[in-house]
Amino acid sequence: MPSLNNLLLILLLPFCSFLLLGLAGRKRLSPLAGILGTTSLFISALLSVHSAWTYFSSTSSHKPEVAWSMNWLQFSDSLSIDMGVLVDPISMMMLVVVTVVSFMVHLYSLGYMKGDERFTTYYAYLSLFTFSMLGLVVSVNLFQIYMFWELVGVSSFLLIGFYYDKPSAVSASKKAFIVTRFADLGFLIGILILGHGAETLDFNTLIARLTDPSSPWLGALSAGSFLGASALTWGLLLVFMGGAGKSAMFPLHIWLPDAMEGPTPVSALIHAATMVVAGVYLVARLFPVFAIACPVALDVVLWTGIISSVFAALIACAQTDIKRVLAYSTMSQIGYMMFALGLSGYGGEAGLGYTASLFHLFTHAFFKALLFLGAGAVIHMVHSNEIKDMGGLRKRMPVTHLAFLIGCLAIAGIPPFAGFFSKEEILTAAYAANPVIYWIALITAGLTAFYMFRLYYLIFWSRESGVSNAHPVDEHHGEGTISMKLPLLLLSVGAVIAGLVPFGNYVSSDGTPLHIHLHIGDAVLPVLIALTGIGIATYFYKTESSKPAKLMQSMRVFYMTLHNKFYIDEIYLFITKNIVFPLIGRPAAWFDKFVIDGTVIAIGRTTDRIAETVRVMQTGRVQDYALFFIASLITLAVFAIYLFH
Amino acid sequence: MNLHLLVALPVVTALFLLLLRDLRQIRLIALIGSIVQLGACFLLLDSYLDVRAAGITEPVLFKSSAAWFPSLGISFTTGVDGISLAMILLSALVVLAGVLVSWNTEHLPREYFFLLMLLSAGAYGFFISLDLFTMFFFLEVAVIPKFLLIGVWGSGRKDASALKLALMLMAGSALVFVGMLGLYFNSADSFGAHTFDLETLSMQAMSLNQQLMFFPLLFIGFGIFGALFPFHTWVPDGHSSAPTAASMFLAGISMKLGGYGCLRVAAYLMPEAANYYAPVIITLAAIAVLYGAFATLMQTDLKYINAYSSVSHCGFVLLGIGMLNQTAITGAILQMVSHGLMTALFFAAIGMLYQRTHTRMVSQLGGLLRFMPFISTVFVIAGLCSLGLPGLSGFVAEMTVFMGAWEKHDTLSRVATIASCASIVVTAVYILRATGKVIFGPVADAHHGEAGDACWNEKLAAGVLLAGILIIGITPFLLTQLIQPDIERIMFNIGRDLAY
Repeated sequence: MPSLNNLLLILLLPFCSFLLLGLAGRKRLSPLAGILGTTSLFISALLSVHSAWTYFSSTSSHKPEVAWSMNWLQFSDSLSIDMGVLVDPISMMMLVVVTVVSFMVHLYSLGYMKGDERFTTYYAYLSLFTFSMLGLVVSVNLFQIYMFWELVGVSSFLLIGFYYDKPSAVSASKKAFIVTRFADLGFLIGILILGHGAETLDFNTLIARLTDPSSPWLGALSAGSFLGASALTWGLLLVFMGGAGKSAMFPLHIWLPDAMEGPTPVSALIHAATMVVAGVYLVARLFPVFAIACPVALDVVLWTGIISSVFAALIACAQTDIKRVLAYSTMSQIGYMMFALGLSGYGGEAGLGYTASLFHLFTHAFFKALLFLGAGAVIHMVHSNEIKDMGGLRKRMPVTHLAFLIGCLAIAGIPPFAGFFSKEEILTAAYAANPVIYWIALITAGLTAFYMFRLYYLIFWSRESGVSNAHPVDEHHGEGTISMKLPLLLLSVGAVIAGLVPFGNYVSSDGTPLHIHLHIGDAVLPVLIALTGIGIATYFYKTESSKPAKLMQSMRVFYMTLHNKFYIDEIYLFITKNIVFPLIGRPAAWFDKFVIDGTVIAIGRTTDRIAETVRVMQTGRVQDYALFFIASLITLAVFAIYLFH
Repeated sequence: MNLHLLVALPVVTALFLLLLRDLRQIRLIALIGSIVQLGACFLLLDSYLDVRAAGITEPVLFKSSAAWFPSLGISFTTGVDGISLAMILLSALVVLAGVLVSWNTEHLPREYFFLLMLLSAGAYGFFISLDLFTMFFFLEVAVIPKFLLIGVWGSGRKDASALKLALMLMAGSALVFVGMLGLYFNSADSFGAHTFDLETLSMQAMSLNQQLMFFPLLFIGFGIFGALFPFHTWVPDGHSSAPTAASMFLAGISMKLGGYGCLRVAAYLMPEAANYYAPVIITLAAIAVLYGAFATLMQTDLKYINAYSSVSHCGFVLLGIGMLNQTAITGAILQMVSHGLMTALFFAAIGMLYQRTHTRMVSQLGGLLRFMPFISTVFVIAGLCSLGLPGLSGFVAEMTVFMGAWEKHDTLSRVATIASCASIVVTAVYILRATGKVIFGPVADAHHGEAGDACWNEKLAAGVLLAGILIIGITPFLLTQLIQPDIERIMFNIGRDLAY
């Protein structure tokens, strides 16, 4: 067990730096802010690596253990939100990924965000995000994970909308928050179902209760059905809905490409390496329940993953914004992780998919962060996100070029780069599980190689001069400062060697080491397909020519469909603009104004009218009053006589 | 500790204010008065916790009783438990913040602060009352000043709004009074006389028929105060016409009188009727939650946005009460405190923006973060609290209501709970639309930058409310530990009556 103090320190350092920088405001501390944030993350990252090292080297069997927890909010005798630190292989692995990538991004931002007037605020938000993400991965309790889930959501919102005077950034941040909030509604209801059904919110107890076939809780949750599925299935599916929203799975993915409005280092951290894989993490966290108690829900995970994976890969081929290509590739790779989980079984060899999925999460964090930071360097230089403004940059940006190439090779799955190993494990698992999945995954792999190298050639080759008329290259800018180059180099090393980690020894579905044997023969076909993709990209894009334009012409409808992202955004827009607002919002407001308020006003008016009528009786003449008095007296007398007679 | 002090302090401050002429003196006295009130509340909390720590488990502490109209069984009985203490603390915080944001009232400042103080006296008196008649008396004390505050210092269609608010709340009090009389005439104390005493009443079982007759009167009467659908229309107009501090009082304190009354009087004294009518309450509350949220979507005035969102958020209070279980009622009380602080903060921020930009229309505002970083940050935090961000109070309250609501198994409650959960999405939409336009985005009018950022008094006001929101949001157990035993007691009473 790693020391508890270290674990707490890993979380508290970013939190303290958030408090310090957040309270400092925008003017003060500015030059120091970056140093402070980066140093605290550096210490956090060192402690994480150290903790992971102690953890993985000391124990052989890895069962989840609660290192520390406190009762935060007691709902009822059995249900409470506990805040704590859960130590198990995936949380330790995620601690390392989050802190290391976050440190790289902190370091990189020193150069990238230099001179921004909200430099301090930027670092405060980064620290807040890092703290929330760390809190998420060490959660001991369904509600704790939901809380940090929301917190990473809001820090993502703040960072996407960082350039707040750009309307596109503001609407992108809103979109990201609202779409993921919608998914979180499912998550919340899922928590209510599972929590009340299992009478606990604690992960370990929950998993124990829902995986034991004889447990009364499992029996109660599985009995009965609503719309053809048991409460357990609904609960898990709704929880997965939250995960799918955060991880930008089809059809809840529409926020991710827009989220690229944020500063590029933020995209590298939040929208590539860490937050967007939270959905995968969530499914992995509850994996025993999915796999043992509810294979139906796991099938949904499988198909959501595979559809998202190929869908995003297709779209990525027809995008012209460098960050959007990377965003769709992220979605596609997360789809890979998701379907790998979906086809996995629990325990032993059957659990290969689980290990492969998290292995891919691990390697992907390095090469995708690398690609984004490389893209950031390019954007920093040409001041544009559009591929058409780039080209021929390989001589001007040798370091970035090399780093980006390594990233592309890694994501394409070319040996011996990191992506090859993790993708190979996923494909092996897919082959064993279902040939249809295997073939779709292979096609996706080919597409991935194609669009990544299309991007690579269009940025670094294609045009020779590297000068675009619209955006002249900033000569004196160079490639950026050392603080920008260093993370590129370090992550390149990660993208090369991360695949050599014997991952199955550490992370497996049931906590016992899994020895994975990959056969060279199995790897031939995927590598050939990846090479084909690269070859096609080379043919079309290496030198500037009319070939791509001709290709586009020849399949115009298809190209436009891809370019417009299958018109999913338009469908959403139609639903909100033409259904939610005019058919629900406006009638509600109308009803309130004219029916409810109208009734109140009508009552008021009627009272007024009655008063007007009655007022006539108050004439002020004593004779009239005397008449009323006598008439009333007689009436009363008659009543009295009638009553008491 | 003598609880009468809580009522006496604001009354004395108010009377003292009448002697003064100069704005500087008036506001200073008002500020000192409200600080002393807050101090007294904290002292009360401290001694309350001491007594509880000493193991005293009496339901109500610091109880005192003085005959008022002995012949009618009316006495001035006061006492506090954890729930009323929480509400008292909420009131004191809102009062202090309200005085601070009204620092530069030019028009009739003496009368303005006088009425604010009177309002707070009414609120404290209401929360410490253990006698229905006294309670009713203070409820009225808290209504009249609102009419004047809106009518004299308000803006927009203030006369109509003031009238509507006063008449609707009066109608509410009339219903409450009839309901209380119903309880009174069905009661008997140890000598066989009728009584208004809350504790005595709670020991007596009223026949179901009587309960079914009088429960709706009390629940709707208090419900009007607490924005029960469809009796909520005073909320948007009243809030938007009121001056800033009055809006804060109205939403932060007055609406809580309603929720508190629904729980303490209606549901507590007539649990069988509450159980009988639960489906109606739950339905109306769920409608209020979702319908209020959708109605907010269409609003264009910041104050209307916050007012309609209050309808939605107060729906959670009634939903929690309607569920009649411990978790949900805990959630209802948390939501009362949380909403009180949050909405007061929101109105304060809107008031600050309005003072500088002279508009509250979302379409005319934009990019204010550039000019007013402090106020903008406050606005965003209030918004995030409203949409239930963890770490702020709204999250804790809403989640507790949801957890409690899910305990009720019938289909109606399930549907109502899911519908209410869905409001978290709609809330996010309207909050982000408003902040996206007003705080972020391009600058709408460069003149908005001329007035500068918040002054010390405004910063302090926001700080006081923010502190409350953060304390509940980060350490909710402090508040739940305070109110838990009393909710258990209420639940015990309700459960005992329901068992018969």
